[in-house]
Amino acid sequence: MRTSSLAGVAPALSILAFSVIALSSPASAQVTDSITIYNAQHEGLTKEWAQAFTEETGIAVTIRQGSDLEIGNQIVQEGANSPADVFLTENSPAMALVDGKGLFEPVDKATLDQVPDGFKPGNGHWVGVAARSTVFAYDKRKLNESTLPKSMLDLARPEWKGRWTASPSGADFQAIVGALLQLKGEEATAAWLRGMKENATPIRGNSTAMKAVNAGQFEGALIYHYYYFGDQAKTGENSNNVLLHYFKNQDPGAFVSISGGGVLASSKHKEQAQAFLKWVTGKGGQKVLRDGTSYEYAIGKGEASNKALVPLAELQAPKVEPATLNNAKVTDMMTAAGLL
Amino acid sequence: MSQESSHGVSAPRKDPIARKDLLALDLCGEHGDDGGGGLHFVHDATRVGSAMTSATDTMVSASPRHRLPTASSWTLMIAVLVAVLALMPLGFVLWATVVTGWETAIQLIFRGRVGDLLINTVLLILLTLPVCAALAVALAWATERTDIPGARFWSWMAVAPLTVPAFVHSYAWIGLWPGLNGLGAGVAVSVVAYFPFMYLPVSAAFRLLDPALEDQAASLGLAPFAVFRRVVLPQLRLALCGGALLIGLHLLAEYGLFAMIRFDTFTTAIIDQFQSTYNGVAAYMLALVLVLCCFVLLGLEAALRGRSRYARLGSGVARRAKVARLGAWKYPLLILPLVTAAFSLGIPALTLGRWLIAGGAGIWRMEEIGLALWQTLAICLVGGLTTTAAAVPIAWLSVRRPTRASRFLEGCYYLASSMPGVVVALALVTITVRAILPLYQTVATIVLAYVVMFLPRALVSLRASIAQVPVELEQAAASLGRSPGNALWSTTVRLAAPGAAAGVALSSLGIMNELTATQMLAPNGTRTLAMAFWALTSEIDYAGAAPYALLMVVFSMPLTWLLHHQSKKIAGR
Repeated sequence: MRTSSLAGVAPALSILAFSVIALSSPASAQVTDSITIYNAQHEGLTKEWAQAFTEETGIAVTIRQGSDLEIGNQIVQEGANSPADVFLTENSPAMALVDGKGLFEPVDKATLDQVPDGFKPGNGHWVGVAARSTVFAYDKRKLNESTLPKSMLDLARPEWKGRWTASPSGADFQAIVGALLQLKGEEATAAWLRGMKENATPIRGNSTAMKAVNAGQFEGALIYHYYYFGDQAKTGENSNNVLLHYFKNQDPGAFVSISGGGVLASSKHKEQAQAFLKWVTGKGGQKVLRDGTSYEYAIGKGEASNKALVPLAELQAPKVEPATLNNAKVTDMMTAAGLL
Repeated sequence: MSQESSHGVSAPRKDPIARKDLLALDLCGEHGDDGGGGLHFVHDATRVGSAMTSATDTMVSASPRHRLPTASSWTLMIAVLVAVLALMPLGFVLWATVVTGWETAIQLIFRGRVGDLLINTVLLILLTLPVCAALAVALAWATERTDIPGARFWSWMAVAPLTVPAFVHSYAWIGLWPGLNGLGAGVAVSVVAYFPFMYLPVSAAFRLLDPALEDQAASLGLAPFAVFRRVVLPQLRLALCGGALLIGLHLLAEYGLFAMIRFDTFTTAIIDQFQSTYNGVAAYMLALVLVLCCFVLLGLEAALRGRSRYARLGSGVARRAKVARLGAWKYPLLILPLVTAAFSLGIPALTLGRWLIAGGAGIWRMEEIGLALWQTLAICLVGGLTTTAAAVPIAWLSVRRPTRASRFLEGCYYLASSMPGVVVALALVTITVRAILPLYQTVATIVLAYVVMFLPRALVSLRASIAQVPVELEQAAASLGRSPGNALWSTTVRLAAPGAAAGVALSSLGIMNELTATQMLAPNGTRTLAMAFWALTSEIDYAGAAPYALLMVVFSMPLTWLLHHQSKKIAGR
């Protein structure tokens, strides 16, 4: 009886032990050649990068997914104990947040040299890895060249009441407001946000905002460009009624946001982490941007972007210093305006 | 999708304790206790709100009390330890409020945004619950008390929506009506996603009613509708209250359903805060208000169910209620279950089918889906086994050594499990990152969250099957020379195995569809089916998300079968 009872429980125990081992292994993967990326970039893009990087170098990559400021704040909380080796974002403010706490290791010079000025902060503590442009995605059945807003600032005017949407809770939109703040100052930004509160309907998520425009619920949405191209490359079912309007003319609405990458000072795999940033900003990583499904801009020196996109050089983006985009101030102002 | 049917129904065989637990949890109503020859009904409070209601109700004492001081005091200590762990999130929220300081707390709680969220939440609950109640009573009456064609089939169809996780319901509706948003949409999707939680107890209560009472009322001159209103409805009160509480707690805890249709509740606002500040003070304060909302629901339910007894005293058993012969009316009545099934099952089937066809073979990226499936099954198994193991001490105590202390501990577990997943996760993230770093982002932490959220599911199954093992077997084994532990192992533990298996199954299935806490606590590199589904829908890759939704539905089918099966068993059919 005793043996049989033990025999009965042995499989259960071994399954338990096996599962614990299996599940905890990705968490505690401390093999020499592996890095953990805290990723706020689009998951699909980072996965493409990681796969190609692993194939080329043999360095395994574990990804933890989140949003810009969630992970930025998480890294600040974790401090010296952070399990992250690399931090990738969609926008610059979260990089500025982590850098402000002194948690980044300076990026290798060879890596910085692959990226033109204007796509990296002056101190070289992190580096741009990709870029995205602000656009006004509009319903082509309702608006045309003559009725489109000339400037992003126009959207705060009374005639735009109830006609447009955006995703104010997202890091993307907050980066746009950050640029506005840097370009036009606090007073103008506060006034614009008040106008937005009056005029715009908030939606959670940029792709959802574009989808709502496509469905005819709003005339336009202030989002980034690649949502449109990504959907067109698939079925176009969420964007076939949509066209993109680029503000250009150094308008705040022509803001080009820089996605950043940095190596954590607390990393125990700095060499591999630096190798990853070098790879992403180099030929291999930029090729993924050009030929993959992300439709974000390639920024590496001499690297072309996807052919479907309006070239970066033609966007007439305003000059914005990425290292000083002040997210805390932006969140405060948006809260005060009742948008958050 | 947190806490999907977290107070699940289970009891593998027909026996008094099983019924007690079953009704005590989901069906929340009258229940049979065959002890003592005659049939008499009692109601007790060993359920979600028991910590708040007095514990003076009737207890079923299953065994003579024997003093085995060492064994039971050890068990009690472990049970207390589990209870302390389970109450940690609740304690954390209160502690965080105190640490924040009153001034900041008041500033963050009494602001416009919180007011808006409160209005949203209150309206959502006030509108959803009555609609659910009316639908559940009408459907239960139609399937239990009329000769409507295919009554058995429709009764299955009324439970089947539970196979579809709540956030998959709203994914389906969005697929059909892309512009859907706001309060109306929130109420509509909530009703189809959650009404089975009320249908189950109400239909079970219908089966247990003694038709003699209705006959007497009719013989005293009441018209049929008056009989229904004055005799039947009051007897459904406990079932309705229990179902309403369960749905209310789900409405407070749900994230995916409401995020997808752009309806803001406290839970979605806490996630928004989490995504822009990780664990900021504003998130704690929202969590505090959310916890207070849970308490209000628990308190209201305890007050509304009252202290009346709905007992049938005397010898013999009730005969089966007679079925209303509707004649030609039974065909128009069919519209009710038909329309309900069309909304609650037809829409998910339609959208899911459409995306699966539109996506074709390209969406079956087997490597990713396979990995997600394997990780999901592994974490479900580990979570389910641990949750059941954690429930063993209290299950054993409450059957073999029922005391005031064991009842109090049970109340603690139920109270802890009624906390929304987002609160549990927020607390565990902060506690581990600040104080217990070795446990941060580990399987151990996420499993602890699952134990807190799903322990009652394992408890009901386990307790039922332990109660079925006569204590005399243990004593006989001991008298044959076995040590107490060995005697326990070779008798009770082995015979209670089926109940433990049901406990593992029920808690595992809860874990499979859990999204909120899983996302916040998952170890690096983890990706469950629910997480993958959510990530894909957030990028509006609805076709790519369809295989994950399909897998979750398929794996939820056994849960639904189990729930329906158990609810039939209560009535002995």
